[in-house]
Amino acid sequence: MNILRIIEQLSEVDADVLGRFDSRRTVFKTLGNTAKMGALAAAPAFVASLFQKAYGQTTSTSVIDVLNYALTLELLEEDFYKKMVAAGQVPAGAPQGAINLILKHESAHVKLLTDTVTALKGTPKTGVKFKSSAFPADYATQLAYAQALEDTGVRAYKGQAGNLIGAMAGTTSLLQVALQIHSVEARHAAHIRTMRMQAPWIPAADSNLPAPLGPVYTGATREDNVMQAGVDVTKLGAGYSANDAAAAFDEILTMAEVTDSSRAGGLIQ
Amino acid sequence: MSEPLFSDSFLARTLRRRSFFRVVGATVATSTLLLAGCNDNTNPDPAPTTASLTLGSGDNGLLNYAYLLEQLEAAFYQKVVDAFPADFTAEDKAAFVDLRDHEVIHREFFRYALGTNAYDSGGTSITFDFSSFALTTRAGVYAAARTLEDTGVAAYNGAAKLIADTTTLRLLAKIASVEARHAAFVRDQVQPGSFAASDVVADSGDAAGLDTAKTPLEVVELIAKFVPATIVATSLPTS
Repeated sequence: MNILRIIEQLSEVDADVLGRFDSRRTVFKTLGNTAKMGALAAAPAFVASLFQKAYGQTTSTSVIDVLNYALTLELLEEDFYKKMVAAGQVPAGAPQGAINLILKHESAHVKLLTDTVTALKGTPKTGVKFKSSAFPADYATQLAYAQALEDTGVRAYKGQAGNLIGAMAGTTSLLQVALQIHSVEARHAAHIRTMRMQAPWIPAADSNLPAPLGPVYTGATREDNVMQAGVDVTKLGAGYSANDAAAAFDEILTMAEVTDSSRAGGLIQ
Repeated sequence: MSEPLFSDSFLARTLRRRSFFRVVGATVATSTLLLAGCNDNTNPDPAPTTASLTLGSGDNGLLNYAYLLEQLEAAFYQKVVDAFPADFTAEDKAAFVDLRDHEVIHREFFRYALGTNAYDSGGTSITFDFSSFALTTRAGVYAAARTLEDTGVAAYNGAAKLIADTTTLRLLAKIASVEARHAAFVRDQVQPGSFAASDVVADSGDAAGLDTAKTPLEVVELIAKFVPATIVATSLPTS
C-alpha cells in the first residue's frame, strides 16, 4: 500500500483531505517514523485509524458480525427451501427445478460463510431454522414467503456492503464475495417474483404480499423511494414514472430492520 | 461501420441537459445553462478519426465506468424499442420498455452524479455499434440482452471492491441488484429456468453459489466491439 499515493488520490476528490488530519506535519512525521522502523505491517492499521479520524466514521460493525448476520439469513433461507421441498407441493418440472437450484445456492452460501467465519477465527452461527409454525400450508403462500426472503436478502446484503470495504480473507475481498452473493439473491428474487406473475423488479406500487409479510418493502428507505443522492430521479432527463424510478434502484435495509420481529426476526425458530 | 462516431444531435442533447439542470441548485444551474447555451450556437467539432474515452481515476473513474456501461445498455434497449422484432409479443414489448426506462434512469443518474466529472461532459455522446448482434428476431434480441446484462452484473461485482467511498458503494449496489434482476429475466426468456444457471453462478468449487465478477479491464475488453473509440481504463483502481 502506497499511503502517499492514496493521500494524493484523495486530495484529487477532497481538496481538504490534509486539513482533515491532525496536521500535515504530524501525519508525515508519523509516516516517516513508520517507514524508518520498517514496520510496514503496522501501516494498514495506522492508515485505518488515520482515515477514521479524518472522516469521523464510527467503528464499523465487526466483519465477523456481518458475516454471521449474512449466515443467519442464509441458514433461514436454506431451511425454508428445505421445508418447501419436504412439503411436496412444488409442481414438477420448471418450478421444482428452480426451487432446487435456489436451495443449492443457499446451501453453498451457508458453507462459504461458515468456512470464512471459521477461517477468520470466529464462531459461525448454526442451527438457525425457519419457524415451523410460520411455514405456509399452501404452495402459493410458500412462494410469497420465498419472494419476501429473497427481496429482503438483497436489501440486507446491500446494507452491509459499506462494513466490508477493505475486509479481506487471505487474498479474497469479502466485499466482492458479498456482492457476488447479493446478485445471486437478486437473480433468485427476480425468478420467484416471475413465478408469482410479478414484475422481476420492484415497482413503487408493489405491496402485493399477504400478511404477515406487509413490512417487506418498508424501512427507513422504502422500496418506493425515488430520491437518490439527494435528487428526485423522476425529474432527471426526460422525466420518469415513480414506478420506473423506484424499480431502477433496490433499497437498503439495516441489520436492525432485517432482524426485527416484522421481518426475518419473526421467522426464525 | 455506417453510423457516425459521435452523435451530432445537439438539439436533443441540449433539451436533456436543460431538464436535467432544472433539478440542480439555482446557482449551478444558471452558470451551467450559460455554458449549455453556448453549445447551442457552436457547431460540433468534427468527429475525430481516432477517439479515446478516458474514464479517469479513483471513485470518479469507477463512476464513469458504470456510466459508460449504463449508456451502452440504455442505447441497446432504445434501439430495440425503436424497432421491435416482428415476433415480439405484447409482453416482450412492455418488458423492454421497462428495461429501457431503468437503464436510461441509471444513465441519467450517473450523468447527474458525475456532473462535470463525466468523461463526456464536453458535450459529445457516443453512438454505440450493435452490428455484432442480430436484432431482427426475438431470439436474437434476448440473446443480446443476456450478454449485456450478464456483463453488467459481473462488472458491478468486480468493481465494487475498488470503491473507496461508502456512499458511492451503496449507490452502485442499489443499481447492481437491479441489473441482476434484469439478467435473470432475460436469461429466463432465452432459456426457461436459466436465471442463475452454472454459466453465471458457479455450481461447485470455491466459488459455488457466487455470481460472476470481472475486473474493469476484462469488461472493457468485452465491450470494446460496441464502442467506436478506445476506452482508456488504465487509471482505474485495480485493488
